[in-house]
Amino acid sequence: MNKVLKVIVVAISVFLLTLPAYAETAKEQGAQQTAKAEVKKETAKDPVKQDLAKEQIKGLDEQVQEIKADVLSIATQLNRLEEKLLYPSDTQIAIFVSVAGAEKFRLDAVAVELDGKQVAHHLYTYKELEALQKGGVQRIHVGNVMTGEHPLQVKVMGKTEGGADFQRAESFKVAKGIGPKLVEVVLTGSKTITVKDW
Amino acid sequence: MSRLILILVCLLSTTVALAASTAPALGLNDVYFGEALYHAYQGEWFESICRLDTELGQHRRLDEPALDSLYPHLGQAEFDVGDFELGYRMHLRAGRAISAVIEGKVEEPRKNAAIYRLARLYFQKDQPMDALQALERIRGKVPEPLRDDLEFLRAQVLMANGRFEDAARTLKELQGAKSLEGFSGYNLGIALLQGGKEQDGREYLDRTGQLVSANPSTQAIRDKSNLVLGYKLLDENAGAGAKLVLDRVRLTGPFSNRALLGSGWADANQGEFERALVPWSILARREVTDPAVQEALLALPFAYGKLQIYGKSALLYGQALESFGKEIDKLGASIASVQEGRFLEALTREELKQDSEWVVKLRNLPQAPETYYLMELMAAHDFQESLKNYLELTELGKRLVAWEGDLDAFEEMIRQRRGYYQPLLPEIDQAFKQLDSQMRLRQEQRIRIEKRLQAMLTAPRPDYLATAKERVAREEIARLEQLAPKNAGGDGTAERVARLRGVISWNIATEYDRRLTEAFDDLDSLIRETQRLKQRYASFVRTRQAATQSYEGYDETIRSQREQIAAAREKVTALLPRQGKILEAMAVDELTRRRERLEQFQVTARFAIADSYDRANKAQAQKRVGQ
Repeated sequence: MNKVLKVIVVAISVFLLTLPAYAETAKEQGAQQTAKAEVKKETAKDPVKQDLAKEQIKGLDEQVQEIKADVLSIATQLNRLEEKLLYPSDTQIAIFVSVAGAEKFRLDAVAVELDGKQVAHHLYTYKELEALQKGGVQRIHVGNVMTGEHPLQVKVMGKTEGGADFQRAESFKVAKGIGPKLVEVVLTGSKTITVKDW
Repeated sequence: MSRLILILVCLLSTTVALAASTAPALGLNDVYFGEALYHAYQGEWFESICRLDTELGQHRRLDEPALDSLYPHLGQAEFDVGDFELGYRMHLRAGRAISAVIEGKVEEPRKNAAIYRLARLYFQKDQPMDALQALERIRGKVPEPLRDDLEFLRAQVLMANGRFEDAARTLKELQGAKSLEGFSGYNLGIALLQGGKEQDGREYLDRTGQLVSANPSTQAIRDKSNLVLGYKLLDENAGAGAKLVLDRVRLTGPFSNRALLGSGWADANQGEFERALVPWSILARREVTDPAVQEALLALPFAYGKLQIYGKSALLYGQALESFGKEIDKLGASIASVQEGRFLEALTREELKQDSEWVVKLRNLPQAPETYYLMELMAAHDFQESLKNYLELTELGKRLVAWEGDLDAFEEMIRQRRGYYQPLLPEIDQAFKQLDSQMRLRQEQRIRIEKRLQAMLTAPRPDYLATAKERVAREEIARLEQLAPKNAGGDGTAERVARLRGVISWNIATEYDRRLTEAFDDLDSLIRETQRLKQRYASFVRTRQAATQSYEGYDETIRSQREQIAAAREKVTALLPRQGKILEAMAVDELTRRRERLEQFQVTARFAIADSYDRANKAQAQKRVGQ
């Protein structure tokens, strides 16, 4: 009985010692070493099977990457088709939102009215807000309008750095010409909303 | 265990933040490039690659790309699209991600950061040679926050390639790195042990095992160092040393169960079975799915047996047997459940994807009993990589189905547009032709008038500016003049006619300047009107073209898209079950291994019960004899 249990202890200690070097990958791997050790302990019994499984996983991974590339290519072509079909350049208007300036504030929502009709209302997640603060630009609306001037109203809701709620609305005129119209709504802190024509 | 998984999940999630931390250095010139970054910053790699690919594609088709707003960002965009592909775990050797990253025309630190991510991806995908080759391409400046992590990765990769001495050398230089506190020491210890420097290796493990830190990651690696060193000493029958080291492991950490088990064995190794009861009793009350706990269920009665408390020992063996039986049933049900596909269903639940701690939550799902035994497996890289592939394939499949629906909608839209425009256009075209010829005529007239007026600036022609009334009057006078000779009789008619002609000529001559000015004003007004007319004409032509373009020329594109989508769906449909089978096989292997282990324990427990009863009987018999 004692011998059986000792064998178990010896086995555990052997694999604990042999595995760490391979299992450690980063800080997180310090934590997941256990799982890997357990798996390796089992698979070590049959190295041929283990190699086969690894080859199979690698082969599948490559095929998954290939299909990802195929689907991305389809998505790009569909983007072009969609734009041509749904938003021809003659009538296309796209409205973007970006954040500028050093003032820290939490953006909760942005609502956009074009020609008196609400065309977008977006509630921001933490990740989206972070992406805006890093310099990303969000396309909040894309649609079609006739050439000429169009009233644009932007309403912004959020919290200041001090935690106070704020709500701000600004009205602009957007002149649509022959080509696609790209309008960037720039939120500079909690107080300033400006519009940039592209 | 939950904590272990949490640490893993948190650290895995940092990969999103690490990748693609690229903001345009000189301000944004292309709003769509900004949109691609917006998606990339959120780890939405598919959307970011797709957006940037669309932009790059449009840019490359331009006649004068230098005038395009993407032009100033071109180098960065080409680099980023490769970098985003790495984020999307696409690193095929022949893939553009690698060439984009390695040959990218960006500044050294950014390029090196991307190569680091590439190497890490290779390493995570168990391709240490490729990882090493990628790391060897790093030249020059490395971003400061990444420097230690890069060297740490290099050491790990060297270890994975069996170059323990090189790894140890690298790790020695990282001993002062605060962010790697514990990890560098532990890995150095392992590298030295693996490289044959037994004593040095132990020393570093021991040193790491005594670190004082409030950082949970450092505490975890400290526990791990103690666990590894403790079991090593135990293996060498150095029970006292092993006990000392294993007792340093926290009672609440992810390694506490195995430490308690080892601590008990260290006592047992020294013949201190009574002391061994303490850690084993604590352990036996913990979550029974843990392998160390299951072993403790056997070790505890074993210790009681050694202490000659056979009754208690037999009772505990009985309890262990019962517990093993239940767990074996649970494992059997779990294996069946996995084979019926419930495991994959549980892994792909939408509500879990919304939660960053989904691996932990999975354990609490009532319909997923198998996950109780799979927490450690699910935290392993091999499993995680396969799972990510499975989830991404599922996602791709959904996208492809949705796109087929989109194409149906596009075709319907085109059909409706054709149905609306086709009957209208011939009539409109006819009317337009008439208007067009009228417009051309008027245009020619305007040009003639303009030329005549311009000529009058140098050669005045007052008669051109006579009013309609004056012209009529002059015609009447001419008629009267023709009649006048017949009536020549001195009644003064001829003089009167001549005077009238003179008055008209006078008016025309004296008002010439005013009339000319007015004529030019009228011409300006006419030009403005003509311009407006031209604009409307151009607008009509564009609208007319747009009407045709809204339904013509799409058939081939849509047909080709359909074919590509169908082909991709076929591939996804073939790959998804294969990837799923791998996950299921991993799970079933793990569950089977655990079941076999419990079955062995069951056999051991049955023999031990019988042995305990025998010994108890013998002891009682001896006692009676003694009395």
